[in-house]
Amino acid sequence: MTDLAKIRNFSIVAHIDHGKSTLADRLIQETGTVETREMKEQLLDSMDIERERGITIKANTVRIDYLADDGEQYVLNLIDTPGHVDFAYEVSRSMRAVEGSLLVVDSSQGVEAQTLANVYHAIEANHEIVPVLNKIDLPASDCDRVAEQIEDVIGIDATGAIQVSAKTGQGIHETLEAIVKELPAPEGNRDAPLKAMLVDSWYDAYLGVIVLVRVIDGVLRKGDRIKMMQNGSVHPVDRIGVFKPEMTMIDELGPGEIGFLTASIKQVRDTRVGDTITHEKKGCAEPLPGFKPAQPVVFCGLFPVDNAEFEDLRDSIEKLALNDASFSYEMETSAALGFGFRCGFLGLLHLEVIRDRIEREYNIELITTAPSVIYHVHMRDGTMLELHNPADMPDLTHVDHIEEPRIKATILVPDEYLGDVLKLCQDRRGIQLDLTYAGSRAMVVYDLPLNEVVFDFYDRLKSVTKGYASFDYQLTGYREDFLVKMTVLVNEDPVDALSTMVHRDRAEQRGRALVEKLKELIPRHMFKIPIQAAIGGRVVARETLSAMRKDVTAKCYGGDVSRKKKLLEKQKAGKKKMRQFGKVEIPQQAFINALKMDD
Amino acid sequence: MEDWQNGGFGFYVHWPFCMAKCPYCDFNSHVSKEIDQKQWRSAYLSEIDRVAEEIGPRTLNTIYFGGGTPSLMDPDLVAAIIERIRTHWPTANDFEVTLEANPTSIEAGRFQGYRDGGVSRISMGYQALNDEDLRRLGRMHTAKEGMEAFEIAKNAFDRVSFDLIYARQDQTLDAWRDELTRALELSIDHLSLYQLTIEQGTAFGDRYERGKLRGLPSEDLATDMFFVTQELCDKAGMSAYEVSNHAKLGSESRHNLVYWRYGDYAGIGPGAHGRITVNGQKIATETLRQPEAWLQAVEKSSNGETERDIVSKADQASEMLMMGLRLSEGVSLERFSALSGSKISSQTLENLSEMGMLLLDGDRLRATPQGRVILNALLRELLVDI
Repeated sequence: MTDLAKIRNFSIVAHIDHGKSTLADRLIQETGTVETREMKEQLLDSMDIERERGITIKANTVRIDYLADDGEQYVLNLIDTPGHVDFAYEVSRSMRAVEGSLLVVDSSQGVEAQTLANVYHAIEANHEIVPVLNKIDLPASDCDRVAEQIEDVIGIDATGAIQVSAKTGQGIHETLEAIVKELPAPEGNRDAPLKAMLVDSWYDAYLGVIVLVRVIDGVLRKGDRIKMMQNGSVHPVDRIGVFKPEMTMIDELGPGEIGFLTASIKQVRDTRVGDTITHEKKGCAEPLPGFKPAQPVVFCGLFPVDNAEFEDLRDSIEKLALNDASFSYEMETSAALGFGFRCGFLGLLHLEVIRDRIEREYNIELITTAPSVIYHVHMRDGTMLELHNPADMPDLTHVDHIEEPRIKATILVPDEYLGDVLKLCQDRRGIQLDLTYAGSRAMVVYDLPLNEVVFDFYDRLKSVTKGYASFDYQLTGYREDFLVKMTVLVNEDPVDALSTMVHRDRAEQRGRALVEKLKELIPRHMFKIPIQAAIGGRVVARETLSAMRKDVTAKCYGGDVSRKKKLLEKQKAGKKKMRQFGKVEIPQQAFINALKMDD
Repeated sequence: MEDWQNGGFGFYVHWPFCMAKCPYCDFNSHVSKEIDQKQWRSAYLSEIDRVAEEIGPRTLNTIYFGGGTPSLMDPDLVAAIIERIRTHWPTANDFEVTLEANPTSIEAGRFQGYRDGGVSRISMGYQALNDEDLRRLGRMHTAKEGMEAFEIAKNAFDRVSFDLIYARQDQTLDAWRDELTRALELSIDHLSLYQLTIEQGTAFGDRYERGKLRGLPSEDLATDMFFVTQELCDKAGMSAYEVSNHAKLGSESRHNLVYWRYGDYAGIGPGAHGRITVNGQKIATETLRQPEAWLQAVEKSSNGETERDIVSKADQASEMLMMGLRLSEGVSLERFSALSGSKISSQTLENLSEMGMLLLDGDRLRATPQGRVILNALLRELLVDI
């Protein structure tokens, strides 16, 4: 057990690429927590996908023992939080588990949209915030300007901002001292009933579920019987430890401490982020406030390219779901794609991460259908249907009105690209809420329908701003709009997997873009193929893919047989990757590429 | 009866040298100043003996000298090869020996010599009937020179064929109609009419990849040209008996029919392929492509082959169908089933027949002219589950 006064718990708030992971690496290294020879880049990001993308998906902690300049030995607990909007709830819980934050801003770039979103979580959690200006070794570094921007945009005092180069190590010692001197020590009562927050959890093949906890009051000991207050489940604690960053077993965790426990828990689903852990007997009366069950907001269909891999896909999805309570799935059948799963995600990044993991870790090639949001379909009889899949849209005669989720999007962009960004938001049915300047960068806030954003908005934004814009959003609620289901007919047959919900006013334009795209994506057949977009029974756009006219080898003699047969085998393999739909074969990538808009 | 007997037995001899490399050609051809024809002669004869020993006795239907430019071979060399082959196998009544020739005056001077050595049929690489296009195709002869060579050939041989390449750069439908009409007026009984194909690794292929090959016809125009070709040839009594080959009845290339009817063919010379049945197994053979390397291998180890594969029954069925549907006579479904051990889906056959791509006549499966022009697509459908 550590004396409360000698504990500092903190997180690091930063935009992607502003150097959060490198700074964390340096703090760990400077204090000798890890020998230099054992250092690898981005110690805390454990998944390949995290390292590759430079993002953090799961919360991680590391306990750093630090002998401060005042001669005292401190315990510094760093929680590395997920940095992406998809994991906003997880971020907010992590923030509640610590008392302060380092706000890391790239001194050559300035404040970004994601910095803002996360710093607000920190402010909401009443954090003491220490600004850190990173990358001061870069020629483009401009500390004064960025400090000013922090004050203007975020509204915190940045006069004492620490100037750091995580790359060269400059300012690391000052940062450690600031953590000790400026961040408050945690409070807590050792004699009160146990009250600990479940910060995150994940599955380990050897130890079962590992639960990351922050003890608020009381003491957590090995052998205790603990209770998860949300579902009432009880588990005997078999291990308690801390990350340094490797697992180190200890006997107990007291107030203010952060560590992990294992308790023979088999499913991550049983451990909900934000839940309160107490003792089975003499437990605390009230759980910690703010718990929310995970709510998927984006849905899409995942189908195996090879139908024979359906069972493998089921297996991989079940395994991933065990480790991710925020990911939902149910079986789906599509006339076009066969058997698959309709899956729900926290957001697009979450979707991509899960999809990548299935493809990589389980080696299953997937067809992903267009992401959809949850629509509230209000029926004439007064009931409300949550629509996850446009293909399930009920008969319009029974529908009174439809509501769609809206978001508040914050975009920071250099002035020169502002026009393009405004146009993009306008095109996506956005309503401008605010437009301000922070230095030479504009900050625009838009009210946007989530369905206009879930698909390729971020890609488009990056492309029109050459990557200089940053973007973040939060869900604001549901609003009624004139939404209709657009069906795509290929050779007169509706293709369910290509159905989308669109705004009525955009239907013709979308329909036209969609059928034109499909005309490019579907290879020519021996017959001509009409491709139509329809709303109800009315066709709003039509293209005709003409029949193939010529596909024959002019010369084929004795010496050509082997080569031509190889070519034929290759073409046959390509054909097997197509989806047979009526008489028409549609390439797998068409299901997602058809919806990408070039605007 | 063994399966190969449905197609007969032919012998292919590859001569790998040319005076110059044509920009469209992806055959195994090389330009070399010094060729020791005596040395090549021993190598060819040694290969003939090797192959004969393996294949054993049977009746030989055809010999074919391809290239390269076989009309650069000394008539003596051609005669010696024919003679050696004939010592190993008795020949069929309709035995045929074809030699590919370029229609230049120098080569035409050798025609009589080839005739005396046993060549019965000449296939001339005419390619175009006007000088501008001949130049663009990299040909060494003029239209006039070609016409003279054709006359010499007709005097020397009973059977003369020539090749034309169409769907060339900047060629219009009318221009092709005129050119083909003129060709058909030349009292000829066999024509090979190829659509220009841009192959990787050729000069045209390189130019095409760099976006520098202009004036190629659109797919639509090329298809129209194909159908104009069928129309004009039909009228002249020279219907297509294969995708790109037209003949008066009975004047078809018997050697090439061996390929398309999926018979057996031995192949010798650099880069030659073969399909031979030995001890009931169909073997795919291939020889070294580089002339010098082939020559050395034959001299040192008495074998010019590189690798050989046993062609599985299923692959034989695919190859048989792939080649056979090129012919207007089509293929026997029973033969296909006997080889593959499986059947083409009757639903597929029915659908494609309904679309006018296939004709099913008892055991015989044929591609219609509409089907033949998209034969690759038909094959993908027919063979998808084989």
